[in-house]
Amino acid sequence: MASEQGTYYVPEQSKLPIFASLGLFLTVFGAANWMNGNETGPSIFFCGSLLFAFVLWTWFSTVISENMAGLNDAQVKRSYVWGMGWFIFSEVMFFAAFFGALYYIRAFSVPWLGGEGDRGSSNMLWGNFEAAWPLLTTPDMALNGEAALVKGAGQPMGWQGLPLYNTIILLTSSVTVHFAHDALKADKRKAFNYWLGASVLMGIVFLILQVEEYIHAYQELGLTLETGVYGTTFFMLTGFHGAHVTLGTFMLLVMWLRSVFKGHFKSDDHFGFEAASWYWHFVDVVWVGLFIFVYVLGS
Amino acid sequence: MAHGPAKGLTRWLYTTNHKDIGSMYLWFSFAMFLLGGVFALVIRAELFEPGLQIVEPEFFNQMTTMHGLVMVFGAVMPAFVGLANWMIPMMVGAPDMALPRMNNWSFWILPFAFSMLASTLFMEGGAPNFGWTFYAPLSTTYAPPSVTFFIFAVHIMGASSIMGSINIIATILNMRAPGMTLMKMPLFVWTWLITAYLLIAVMPVLAGVVTMMLMDIHFGTSFFDAAGGGDPVLFQHVFWFFGHPEVYIMILPAFGVVSQIIPTFARKPLFGYASMVYATSSIAFLSFIVWAHHMFTVGIPVAGELFFMYATMLIAVPTGVKVFNWVTTMFKGSMTFETPMLFSIAFVILFSIGGFSGLMLAIAPADFQYHDTYFVVAHFHYVLVPGAIFSIIAATYYWLPKWCGRMYNETMGKVHFWLAFIGLNITFFPMHFVGLAGMPRRIPDYNIQFADFNMIASVGAFLFGAAQILFLWNVIATIRSGKPATAEVWENPEGLEWTVDSPAPYHTFSVPPEVK
Repeated sequence: MASEQGTYYVPEQSKLPIFASLGLFLTVFGAANWMNGNETGPSIFFCGSLLFAFVLWTWFSTVISENMAGLNDAQVKRSYVWGMGWFIFSEVMFFAAFFGALYYIRAFSVPWLGGEGDRGSSNMLWGNFEAAWPLLTTPDMALNGEAALVKGAGQPMGWQGLPLYNTIILLTSSVTVHFAHDALKADKRKAFNYWLGASVLMGIVFLILQVEEYIHAYQELGLTLETGVYGTTFFMLTGFHGAHVTLGTFMLLVMWLRSVFKGHFKSDDHFGFEAASWYWHFVDVVWVGLFIFVYVLGS
Repeated sequence: MAHGPAKGLTRWLYTTNHKDIGSMYLWFSFAMFLLGGVFALVIRAELFEPGLQIVEPEFFNQMTTMHGLVMVFGAVMPAFVGLANWMIPMMVGAPDMALPRMNNWSFWILPFAFSMLASTLFMEGGAPNFGWTFYAPLSTTYAPPSVTFFIFAVHIMGASSIMGSINIIATILNMRAPGMTLMKMPLFVWTWLITAYLLIAVMPVLAGVVTMMLMDIHFGTSFFDAAGGGDPVLFQHVFWFFGHPEVYIMILPAFGVVSQIIPTFARKPLFGYASMVYATSSIAFLSFIVWAHHMFTVGIPVAGELFFMYATMLIAVPTGVKVFNWVTTMFKGSMTFETPMLFSIAFVILFSIGGFSGLMLAIAPADFQYHDTYFVVAHFHYVLVPGAIFSIIAATYYWLPKWCGRMYNETMGKVHFWLAFIGLNITFFPMHFVGLAGMPRRIPDYNIQFADFNMIASVGAFLFGAAQILFLWNVIATIRSGKPATAEVWENPEGLEWTVDSPAPYHTFSVPPEVK
């Protein structure tokens, strides 16, 4: 079937899926053992991750060479497009869970603990606690003072400075990725490489600044993952976003390397790049949400 | 054909064929059905009499938890994905699934995930014991160490579901034969399209909530800890935002199966095809705005109680449309009662009973009485066992001749049906009574006043369990030595899958068929 002209390309048997499953399993099995304090955990985790990374590398190169060998007709290509689109939708829903948690905490759980609203009676468990956001004095501190187990942050993270610069950098990088795409469609290879390279650099700068910001938070603001729900939501939302920027930057970097060193992509056939750029726009949109709800309205 | 299946074990390990993968999903889910069934029988054996006699309460909790998890994520969901794999490409006239390698990956994650989940039974501190809904803080502060393995198992089975769903959507939207417009698609394809959408929308939310648990347990965050400003009720909101659509994920494909089978044996086209499509879509939409009806008693604001109560009741409208259409399809039909039809008719009747008890539970003030009692257990087992499970069994009898080219033993099929039908009613119907009388769920001991009904339920459970052995026997005997089946198998059934040989060739529709 694979060789018939004009029919859907169904790949032959493949070792990729079973080894991808094994790699994924070893990764999470190792991680779980590691977290539970078993000594073998880290080595299982790293073996699994290496195997998984290797399988993904092989998988993507297989798909790329199939496309370059002309095996993929327009219908197969559409399947990949649908696949990427729905994958991004699943990512949107993952972030929705964490944004939803933030809204719930700000709109309900903190005010209720402070004595307002329908479940304000829960305040009686946490005498003296007053609802505020950013939540610097936790209910535990209000009740137990110095003996509290969950202590709040020293200061909140403002939106001026690093977060604002990062917003500008990330938004700009989304525009440059778009320019890169336009350049590719117009078959301007040089411009494509420049615009894409600039986007990758901005992604890297964003990540460096994010690390700076975290160091600042931990060392100067006393804002850590363990400082009550403010620290929790701040680091979980920005942290997951940062992980996605890391992945997105890596994807764009691979696309750049493919273009510069291998001459991949044609003006009318470049979904690998386009998928990476979609992903990049997606992390950008998430950041706008973060900047508004975590930084501007959250500090 | 160009080539048939490869030989030996590697055929299954390396396959990219939707039929092979579908078969693996179905066998895997049956294995999980038996495993989850054994857990259920441990529960029923303990509840045979009041008092503690067979297992420790701690182990009883592990059984209720593992039974729920294995049945939901290991038996019902993979079975429907298996049916989707086998049938959707044949029903829409496609050569295979859109992304065949990812298809195999989706499957092979599952044995790893469930081995890890089952291995928690042998870990120090035992398996997860906090109920399949894993409410915080039971699943965080007070959880056994194995919860970490549970969390990662959920993560990877979620990844499997998301990839499986992406594949199904891409197949349906991109691989239909020329002329197969959306409104000509068989209803099984329609219901799976909508189910796959629900899965992609909510499995990431489940991943989110277990991640929050993981962070609270190991990294000192305060999502579900009021001491830090969080709220255990937040867990329930996020969980049920996943959990309620999940309920429909387990029943919409069942609606699709029944909508294929009833017209065949009533020898009439499905009544109200378009309204079936719209009803399914409405149910999917409503599933996102009813989640807090699982939480009426946790103390949500009264405006919330009212909203979620009325929104929940609205679901009865599209569901009623569906039941009406199935009944009307049968009305004045030239009916015969082969095994798949028996299971389908039982589905319509018994699922409706589960639907009605759902309406009772939807009434917020009444739910304060029913909450966490055996009435709830009776309700959701009536929608899941004669709902989801019966439809899977019906689908197996209906399409098995197409899959293996041989006819199953009709008598044995009917015996299986009647044993299962009687067994499940004996098991679950008395639970309504003990529930309304106040027997709480997930407790290994009970007041002596509930003794008779519990004994009856336990007898029914073992009968239902034994009936499934007959099913396994029948399927294996059919595959090995059943009488050859014709291409059509049944009398003038609708659909592209009946236009190919039985057994269906290893590669079907490498050239798209013409659909008029």
